[in-house]
Formats: sequence, C-alpha cells, structure tokens
Amino acid sequence: MKENKNALKNGSPKAYKAVIYIVLSLLAVMIIVPVAWVFIASIKQNSEFYGNPWALPQGIHLANFADAWQKANMGSYMLNSVIVVAIGIALLIVIALPAAYVLARFKFKSSGLWNVLFMAGLFINVNYIVVPIFLMLNNGDKVLRQWTGHPFFLNNLFILALVYASTALPFTIYLLSGYFKSLAKDYEEAAYVDGAGYARTMIQVIMPMAKPSVVTVILFNFLAFWNEYIISMTLLTKPELKTLPVGLMNLMAAQKSAVQYGQLYAGLVIVMVPTLILYICVQKKLTQGMTLGGLKG
Amino acid sequence: MNKQKGRGRFIFFCLAPAVILFFIFMIIPTIDVFRMSMFKWGGYTDDKTFVGLQNFQKLFQSDKFYQAFQNSILLIVIVTIVTFGLALLFAAMLTREKIKGQNFFRVIFYIPNILSVVVISAIFSAIYDPNQGLLNSFLNLFRGQNGVDNPILWLGSQKIVIYSIVIAMIWQAIGYYMVMYMASMANIPESLYEAASMEGAGRIKQFFTITIPLIWTNIRTTLTFFIISTINMSFLFVKAMTNGGPDGASSVFLSYMYQEAYTNSSYGYGMAIGVMVFLFSFALAGILNAVTKREELEF
Repeated sequence: MKENKNALKNGSPKAYKAVIYIVLSLLAVMIIVPVAWVFIASIKQNSEFYGNPWALPQGIHLANFADAWQKANMGSYMLNSVIVVAIGIALLIVIALPAAYVLARFKFKSSGLWNVLFMAGLFINVNYIVVPIFLMLNNGDKVLRQWTGHPFFLNNLFILALVYASTALPFTIYLLSGYFKSLAKDYEEAAYVDGAGYARTMIQVIMPMAKPSVVTVILFNFLAFWNEYIISMTLLTKPELKTLPVGLMNLMAAQKSAVQYGQLYAGLVIVMVPTLILYICVQKKLTQGMTLGGLKG
Repeated sequence: MNKQKGRGRFIFFCLAPAVILFFIFMIIPTIDVFRMSMFKWGGYTDDKTFVGLQNFQKLFQSDKFYQAFQNSILLIVIVTIVTFGLALLFAAMLTREKIKGQNFFRVIFYIPNILSVVVISAIFSAIYDPNQGLLNSFLNLFRGQNGVDNPILWLGSQKIVIYSIVIAMIWQAIGYYMVMYMASMANIPESLYEAASMEGAGRIKQFFTITIPLIWTNIRTTLTFFIISTINMSFLFVKAMTNGGPDGASSVFLSYMYQEAYTNSSYGYGMAIGVMVFLFSFALAGILNAVTKREELEF
C-alpha cells in the first residue's frame, strides 16, 4: 500500500500499474488455486492424501470417477438433477413468459396489484418458507394416504421442479417484464391490423423478439436450480432421489468417517464441470446479463 | 369488436398459472410462517395449541438465539465491509487503468459465483482440514514442527470457526459485485476524470469524489440486497460446512431456525425465529436505506 501511495504522489504510472497487476493477479490466484486443486486432487490415489497436499499427483487415477459415479451414486444423482432442472426451467418459461408479457403490456383493473405482489415476492427468500412448504406437502400426503393409500407430494422430482419454478417466478417475471416494457407498442398494433389475435401476436411476434432475455433467464435459473440444495434436501428424503448437491453433501459427511478423499474430489468435479462448461460457453452473456439482473437477492 | 371480447380471457389465461403457483408456494407459506409462530406444535401430530406470543418470549430468553444473532451480525458486518471495499477498489482499478487482460480477470473473478455453495464448502473444508489441509500445510512452512503438533482447527475451534466462514463467503461474493460495479463504472464519462486530473486531483481523490458519488445509487441498492442475501448465504454456508458446530459456535439465524423447525420438529418455535429474522432484515434494510440516502447525481 505504501508503494502505491508513493507511486501516486510521484505520478509514476508504471509503478502504480505494476502494483495493480500484482494485486489483481494475487486475487486471481486465490480464486483459481482452490478450484484447480480439486481437479488435481480428483486424480490422486487415496494414499497420496496423507502426504503433502500441495504435491502433484503421481499418476492419473481415474478410478475415483468410476467410484464416485457408481459406488457413491453420483451417476443417478446427476440424472435426478438433470430431470429436475429440465422440468423446472421448462415450467418456469411456459408460465412466466405469458404472465410477464401481460403484466408489462396490458392495463387492466388489477394489473397494478399483481405487479406489486410479484415485486414483493422478490423479497421472500425460499430459505424462510421451506419448512411451511414441507409441512404443506406433508399434510397433502397425509390426506392422500387416507384416500388412495399413496403419498404423492414429498419425494417427487416433479413437485420439486414445480417448487423451483414457482419460487423463481418473481425474479423471472421482473426480468422479462422489464424487457417487454422497453418494446414499442407498434409491434402489437401492426399485428392486430393484420388480423392476428392476442395469443398469436404474443407467440409469433413478441416471443421471438424476447429470445435474448429468455436465454438470460434460462442461464440464471439453470445455475440456481443446479446448485440448490436446501429445498431439495428437505423435500426429497429418499436416498435414491437425491440431487447432485445433496448427494455431494452426503459424500462429504461419509468422508469424515470412512476416508474416501479421491471419491469426494471426483464427485466435486462431477458437480462443477457442467456449470463450468456452461460458463465458458456463455461467460460474456452471463456477466452482461448480470447488470440487468443485478438486483438478485 | 371480437378483439375486445377476448382480451379479458387472454389476460386471465396468461396470468392465472403464475398467480396460482405464486400463491401456493410463496404467499401461503409466508403467511404460514407468521401464523405458525403463535402455535405450539411438536411435529407430526395434529394438535396445535395457540400460545400467542409465548414462542417469542422463549426466544428472547434463549442463549442459543443470542448466539445465532451475534454470529449473524458479525458475519453481516465483516463480510459486507470487506466485500464492498475490495469489490469497489478492484472494479475501479480494472476500469480506470488500461489493464491488459481485463476480460481475463473478469472471467476468473466471476467463477465462484457459478459454483454451488456445497462445492465451495467442500473446497474450503479441504483447505481448512487440520492435518491434510492446504492452509495449515502452507502455514507450517513458517510454523515448523509446532504447526504439525498443534494444527490450527479452522472449523473445529469455537473462536475461529466463524471467521473461517467469513473468508469463504467473501471468496464467493467478491467477484460478482466487482463485475457489477465495473459495468456501472464504465458508464462514467472519461471527460470528468480528465477535468479532475487537470485540476490536480490524484487517483484516490478521483475515486472518492467522482467514482463513488456517481455510482452511489447502484451501491446503495446493492448494499441493501447484499445484506439480506448475506443472511441467506450464511445459512447455506453454515449448513454445508459446519452445521452450526462446534457446539453452536457457528450457528446463524436461519440455521438455528432450520434446526429447531425441521430437525427438532418444534415448528412453532422455529417459525417464531423465522418471523424475527424477517422483521430484523426488513428493519435493517430500512435503516440502511435511510442512512445511505444522498442526493442523486447525474452525469
């Protein structure tokens, strides 16, 4: 810091710049090293974990991944996660897109009320309401058990996806209606003149234009749903239904008793890789879209 | 006019699914939190007894609640100050100077934000591991044999554990805010800085008199949201890293609530905690909003 100040006073931009590079590089190293270390550790043999943790692996021990995938069930957890995320995002888009469009473009008696309510929803965090949701579904199951003998709501991947989609509605509607509000009225008027109805106008004229915003919404929610674990942990209690992050938590807990470091780090890599690949493909979109969705709680 | 007739129906069919789901999974559970906080309800039986504000009385007499409260405040204060200070500083450095590889740094700094909190917790558990951890083995370069004999228990010591979580939370949040401030700083016209340079203002003075005031609205909103999200994020980190341990030393607001409600099945009491946290975060947001109010500057 002292050099920094001196550099400023003397107005020597070169020294100042060097300091900036050093500080930024340090931060970058602090972020990359832990992540990279996990990748390296995932190919180490179990015995190597008792030596120096900074040592490079002696060979490429891919058996860790096979173990994580099969023995630790990460393979089936992955499938569960893919199912939940895919259904959740599909539901979210199908439900949020028309609602956002109507809320942004139509004035009707209660439109103000709904706009305010969905805005208020931005402040409700799922962590507060996860227990009431659990109890509600549990009560539903009790009733169903009396009537039909089969519980339905808890331990159901579809219901989990529905809860994900529902709790993502306020933020998604906020983002999408922000975009719809910025469009000129002329688009609809032209479509109406051409004889298109409301539904056709929305589906064939407006929605194709909203594609970039929809992509942003999908990106954000993919990350949110893929990484979520509190709701998933609460609503899915059967071991075979776990999603990836919850499965990973189990692996972390198991590791404490029966030391299986290699498996754990391979599991970590399995959870990280899809998000990292997605990030590399769309990092520009994500960091740009973030300013637009900068208010995410 | 056929169009006018269909308008109401169209609006209804577009809005109804969203409204129904929003009510079932967000509004009703939120009301439930408040309603249930006045009942004594111990689990899977149906007998709830109305106890009024008794749960809250119990809450204010509970040492565990105060411990969670204290930890939450500590986390909010330290994580917010450090994250915001560093994020603003680094963002200013990256936007103001012609740095090569600006995009590279941006991409790297954003990575923690796309990882699951479980993944980050697992990574930091590996870093903090007393015997095979990265941190201790690095420190042992300086501590020598003493370090091997008396490893620092980053997650096992009641005094240190909360700071270990602070570090993980800052690591996760800093890049996100940096990228966001970079975007808003990039909108400040270069001419302002040129004029300030001509007047003889140095970089530090420019930072405080131009950069900060001009993005103040942005800082203000993000600050409020950050504090509310810190309450939530701290729960995610604590749940995955320590589960409140050792002996409650790292329990925070929502982890205490979850533990009481879901694990101990005292739903009414758990929801009373939820109500308190809800009110607390709103009060805090309100206070912050009032304290940080400045006249809006335009450029």
